[in-house]
Amino acid sequence: MSLTIENLHASVEGTPILKGLNLEIPAGEVHAIMGPNGSGKSTLSKIIAGHDDYEVTDGRVLLDGVDISGLEVDERSRAGIFLAFQYPAEVPGVSNANFLRAALQARLPDGEEIDAVAFYKDMYAKMDELEMNRKFTSRAVNEGFSGGEKKRNEILQMMMLDPRYCLLDETDSGLDIDALKVVAKGVNSMRSANRGFLVITHYQRLLDYIKPDHVHVMADGQIVKSGGAELALELEESGYDFLKTA
Amino acid sequence: MNSETATVRQVALEKDDVGNFSYPESHKFDAGYGLSKDTIDYISKVKDEPAWVNEFRHKALETFLSKPMPTNWATKDLENIDFDAIRYYLSDGATPKRSWDDVPPEVLETFDRLGVPEQERAFLAGVEAQYDSEAAYSNVKEALADEGVIFVTCSEGLKEHEEIFRPWFGKVIPTGDNKFSALNSAVMSGGSFIYIPPGVKVKHPLQAYFRINSENFGQFERTLIIADEGAEVMYMEGCTAPKFETATLHSAVVELVAMKGAKIQYITVQNWSSNVFNLVTKRGLAHEDAEIRWIDCNIGSRLTMKYPGVVMKGERARGEVISIALANDGQHQDTGAKMIHAANNTTSNVISKSISVGEGRSTYRGQVHIPKHLKGCKNNTECDALLINTNSRTDTYPAISVKGNQHVTQHEASVSQVSEEMLFYMQQRGLSETQAMSLAVNGFINDLVEEFPMEYSVELKRLIDLEMEGSVG
Repeated sequence: MSLTIENLHASVEGTPILKGLNLEIPAGEVHAIMGPNGSGKSTLSKIIAGHDDYEVTDGRVLLDGVDISGLEVDERSRAGIFLAFQYPAEVPGVSNANFLRAALQARLPDGEEIDAVAFYKDMYAKMDELEMNRKFTSRAVNEGFSGGEKKRNEILQMMMLDPRYCLLDETDSGLDIDALKVVAKGVNSMRSANRGFLVITHYQRLLDYIKPDHVHVMADGQIVKSGGAELALELEESGYDFLKTA
Repeated sequence: MNSETATVRQVALEKDDVGNFSYPESHKFDAGYGLSKDTIDYISKVKDEPAWVNEFRHKALETFLSKPMPTNWATKDLENIDFDAIRYYLSDGATPKRSWDDVPPEVLETFDRLGVPEQERAFLAGVEAQYDSEAAYSNVKEALADEGVIFVTCSEGLKEHEEIFRPWFGKVIPTGDNKFSALNSAVMSGGSFIYIPPGVKVKHPLQAYFRINSENFGQFERTLIIADEGAEVMYMEGCTAPKFETATLHSAVVELVAMKGAKIQYITVQNWSSNVFNLVTKRGLAHEDAEIRWIDCNIGSRLTMKYPGVVMKGERARGEVISIALANDGQHQDTGAKMIHAANNTTSNVISKSISVGEGRSTYRGQVHIPKHLKGCKNNTECDALLINTNSRTDTYPAISVKGNQHVTQHEASVSQVSEEMLFYMQQRGLSETQAMSLAVNGFINDLVEEFPMEYSVELKRLIDLEMEGSVG
């Protein structure tokens, strides 16, 4: 079981962004992608999620062996892909509780209803883990949230939706160290043998709290270097200069 | 048949929204097609009306015929109404039933399908449901009747309570107010008459459901609500029409009278099928310290023109219009509010939210009038429009005429769209595009929906979900 990206080429408005990217994330593992600005890291996560701004010109994405390239964004989500956004969108007037409920309801067969009591119980337990105030449930999704609140909310949604593969796009940006620890705790609590993670980050700091099994360096739309957790430390020390000499 | 009509028909046939069903017609009384003096005499005769009502109708007919269509400011689509192709009165001749057990099974089935829920009956103080021209069912709980509350059909009101009815009838909205108020006055049938005695505060909402079942049938209900000094009442009306291939006309007149210190709330949730012309005149008269509040929700219809108004006649009177309009493909919601300040220290508030989907079009028309000789009047107007795709259209025509400098008015308007970013976010969480749109629309109107009684906000959400189905993607 794995999330497999095979020879992925993608472009936006004719400009190639991904140029033959290969990556396999087996369930049970945490993979980190690092790389300089503009290397295509964030784009990769959006393309896996199925964003239609990007045209996939070659290659494919396999979820546990099944090609999901033809699926819509919401179908991919229900198949088990979750993207924790770097900049989560605001949804005015829709409360966090209603939003989550709708997302969970969308996963049920026709005619089946969410058990409201169980839903709230579950949500409250997870909010406690993420040290979130109960009042939060009635606030509109991401509206007027601080950076830290938005990121916690992303993790809460991820915990509630119980995805097979989690893509975390710069989840550490805009977080102070305490919030970072809480968010990392939430992610770590979800690590299991049948779930895979792709953590996209600029900084080693996040990887102190979410220990990756593998680290990849992305540059110019490709993976140019892969290694263990120690690679992140090396990058922190010597930067991406090696890319220029390559 | 012009192409516009064809489009509307097509939409009506293809879209599968709520209320798309009807039952075989059987009418004991049918005034036939077209409108003439004979039509009016027929209606008066069937309804066994007093002479003054018959005279009132005849005068109204003259006014109707003499008035031009208001196409100098309103849409030319009005010209597509063929008054000769409309049946003005249909009835099975049955008198209003007082118990659910007496209501014919097919009518009950209609109510069931519309979702006039059984469990609500116990809660609701009284139900007045109109099935074509006459109320099929009406009931007021005994306790309310004991307090002197009158809740009957308009026909009963003018015959049996003439002394209360007649002094206010046609006073808030005179026959000649506009072409369609004149039409209603000529052929009115059904609707409610409510009187709340001084100091009586009706705890539970009174409710009426309106429904058009016969093709080519115009529905012209007439409602008059009088809340005497210090009285309070909430009235709720829901409207659904099954769809037909030819346009149907609905033209109601609703008059509210709030005496000193009285409060009236009038709530409408309307979901006409997309071939209905819905041309309604609604106005309230608020005396000293009285409050009139219109909560108006318009979904569906081919064309809705409706501008609920409040004339604030007494000092410190308050008027409010909260309106939600959703215009889908082939639909035009032309709605707004009229606030006429006619005394010192009167306050009005207008909040309007419109949603245009696909080729849908919404127009806001607001009139706020504060004359020069008054002091201390306040108006707040907010109109927000949400566009669901690039073909949608929204227009705002605020007409605020404020004379004198001792008043406070403010006006805010906004137009927004459901952004790609927001949609991607919601879809990434597993919602289909339609579900995401529905949620975004519900979010847009959420703060207004909170003003609705619970069961209406649930119904409204359901209607919006149905309306959004198949309208995107």
